[in-house]
Amino acid sequence: MHRTGELYGQFETLEQQKESAALGMWVFLATEVLFFGGLFMTYTLNRHYYGTAFGVGSNTLDLKLGGVNTVILILSSLTMAMSVWASHIGKRKATTAFLVATLILGTAFLGVKVIEYKQKFDHHLVPGHHFQIDYRAQHPAANDDPKEIEAEKEELSKAFAKDPDLNAHAQLYFSLYFGMTGLHALHMIVGAGMLVWLIRQSIIGRFTPTYNTPVEMIGLYWHFVDIVWIYLFPLLYLIDRHQ
Amino acid sequence: MHTPTSTRAAVGAVYKMPQEHYLNSTYGIRSWLLTTDHKRIALLYLLSVTFFFFVGGMFATIIRIHLMTPRGFLVTPETYNKLFTMHGVAMIFFFLIPSIPAVLGNFALPLMIGAKDLAFPKINLLSWYLYILGGCFVLYSFSTGGLDTGWTFYTPLSSVYSNSAVTPAVLGIFINGFSSILTGLNFVVTVHTMRAPGMTWFRLPLFVWAQYATSIIFILGTPVIAITLLLVGLERMFHLGFFNPALGGDPILFQHLFWFYSHPAVYIMILPAMGVISEIIPTFARKPIFGYSFIAGSSIAIAVIGFFVWAHHMFLTGESVYAALAFSFLSYLVAIPSAVKVFNWTSTLYKGSISWDTPMLYGLGFIGLFLIGGLTGLFLACLGLDIHIHDTYFVVAHFHYIMVGGAVMGYLGGIHFWWPKISGRLYPEYLARVSAIILFTGFNLTFFPQFLLGYLGMPRRYHSYPPEFQVLNVMSTAGASILALGYLLPMIYLVWSLKYGTVAGPNPWPATGLEWKTDSPPPTENFLVTPEVTWEPYDFETRPDLELDHIVAGKLPAPAHGDD
Repeated sequence: MHRTGELYGQFETLEQQKESAALGMWVFLATEVLFFGGLFMTYTLNRHYYGTAFGVGSNTLDLKLGGVNTVILILSSLTMAMSVWASHIGKRKATTAFLVATLILGTAFLGVKVIEYKQKFDHHLVPGHHFQIDYRAQHPAANDDPKEIEAEKEELSKAFAKDPDLNAHAQLYFSLYFGMTGLHALHMIVGAGMLVWLIRQSIIGRFTPTYNTPVEMIGLYWHFVDIVWIYLFPLLYLIDRHQ
Repeated sequence: MHTPTSTRAAVGAVYKMPQEHYLNSTYGIRSWLLTTDHKRIALLYLLSVTFFFFVGGMFATIIRIHLMTPRGFLVTPETYNKLFTMHGVAMIFFFLIPSIPAVLGNFALPLMIGAKDLAFPKINLLSWYLYILGGCFVLYSFSTGGLDTGWTFYTPLSSVYSNSAVTPAVLGIFINGFSSILTGLNFVVTVHTMRAPGMTWFRLPLFVWAQYATSIIFILGTPVIAITLLLVGLERMFHLGFFNPALGGDPILFQHLFWFYSHPAVYIMILPAMGVISEIIPTFARKPIFGYSFIAGSSIAIAVIGFFVWAHHMFLTGESVYAALAFSFLSYLVAIPSAVKVFNWTSTLYKGSISWDTPMLYGLGFIGLFLIGGLTGLFLACLGLDIHIHDTYFVVAHFHYIMVGGAVMGYLGGIHFWWPKISGRLYPEYLARVSAIILFTGFNLTFFPQFLLGYLGMPRRYHSYPPEFQVLNVMSTAGASILALGYLLPMIYLVWSLKYGTVAGPNPWPATGLEWKTDSPPPTENFLVTPEVTWEPYDFETRPDLELDHIVAGKLPAPAHGDD
């Protein structure tokens, strides 16, 4: 269908086009809820079955990094909302600036995730042949706090006593950890790509008070990805840290 | 009593093919492969689903030939596992689920609501490409080792122990799932925002209501199987343990996640067909449909309740009696809206002016066969009975009655009903009627014996059987050969009609929908002027604008000369 200005040929009015875009984005987000939902359901059930192992797994996650990431994402939702507002009132430079800020924050989030994933790799916590829940306890690095290692060793011995198959069940935790955060990170990468496109469109002056639909719709998507993290963070990092 | 041939000749004498329409407005392969016209995309889907129908049908043919003897003479047991698996995967994911929504829904839905296209035409094209990409992965899987897990992919066979090409297959179905999701999304938004002026919700044709309900299932159900099959693929590739008991995983969790989609999926397969029947019956009984709002509501009810019955596929897995009771009760409940439809279609026929055109033959066939298939579903939903007939040919017969006797007949009925609109031509009516009867006969001969086989204890998915079952098996295979003829004939005469069929004109039946008020074939933008709707649906009695169509079709006498 051809386009006249911003109006695509299948629509009668810009209003109809905007309504369709909004409904379409909300319906898409509903599908994403069901998509992540299957994974969250699997996690919840397994946490119920293997509380000990999942508690041990939670404990290996760095609360500081997770907390920082949570703050980063919430801030990025704020900057995204600000860019929608700025595009509503026709402030082109502000729209672009807020979009760039959102992109920077999103990239920072992904950077922290890389650091976390590297930590997991170093500690043999990536599911596969080399997975070993007590690797760090057995082979502490030079700069590891000895008191921390002691506490971990004690926690692990108690956990192994409660659950002889701790290694297998902890591997299940990390499969879900990488699955859930990985899927989330993939969605963020796609979001970042869309932000790059949005920034360029904003720079060339495409968005006006009458037409700012892409900013709003991608804003909705970004907020959704943020909300997924708001669920992920407590589920993975916070529950049952210390039993 | 008018004879069909003279009506066709009369119609052909009145109308000529329109000069420019969606088929000839642009030329070249790029104009088809890069089209965003919903009508062309529907035809792209028509070709691709027909291809997969052949693929699935080929596997079915080998199965039926193999089952002519009790010991199974044609293939090894391992190959037999692959045959029924690939038959199921090809037919369910690449034929049945897309067929009516992606072919007839794509073509007719915008026309029926008076829109120029769907809300998101480019996403519509993307849907088709995702379907093709998914299909390529699955075909790759079929040709490099096949698939032997059953279309149900139960773990840990699929995720650990199978030596077949599971990973590319689950990847292909995953990608195809997004094709479905995007189609559903497109339909929901289109029905909400793109109805022509005057086309209120309760003036919508029932086919649109059916597509809407189906789209709800697409949107809410498909993502769950997507993530589930993704997890199976990950488990297989990286030796993770979600569903593998040896690593602490739970195979029953897989079944719950799988059936949470796959039960609503069967409603994806039948609801659109019911929508087609709701268009055909009033047209060929020339009477408004009985109980319009109940049929519309029942489509939504089936979609909603259908999400709460999945564990009736798991009665024999050791689930709790209380859970089984709940699921059995809900399964009985979901039959009620379906029954409402059957009663309403029958009431529509009562005191109607019946024409025996081909779409009507498919429609009537649907009602009878769906009745049998649906009722036998209730047998299976009965806990005590299911213990004996679960995993037997009774189940196989039940779902083939619904999916073939129901969905495929609905699909073929719809193809014939909208063929004049799609192609601008009429198919050869007598040959088509004969073909419909051949199909109906072949179908019953193939699948009715399977009810008996199942009841007598023949298990499904077995490559061999006790000798006393041979007669029924041979009957079933014989029926399959007749059924195959019933499928081949339309493919031949529909193609023939493209060049030699009588020109149809805008409204050959005549029917009351908006799609019949534009040319056959329609122009690319569907309507030259945006229509405004002031009439109720299926209003055969009082529509003055249909009078000429009725006269041309020979259903009303022409006015005597001097009356103009």
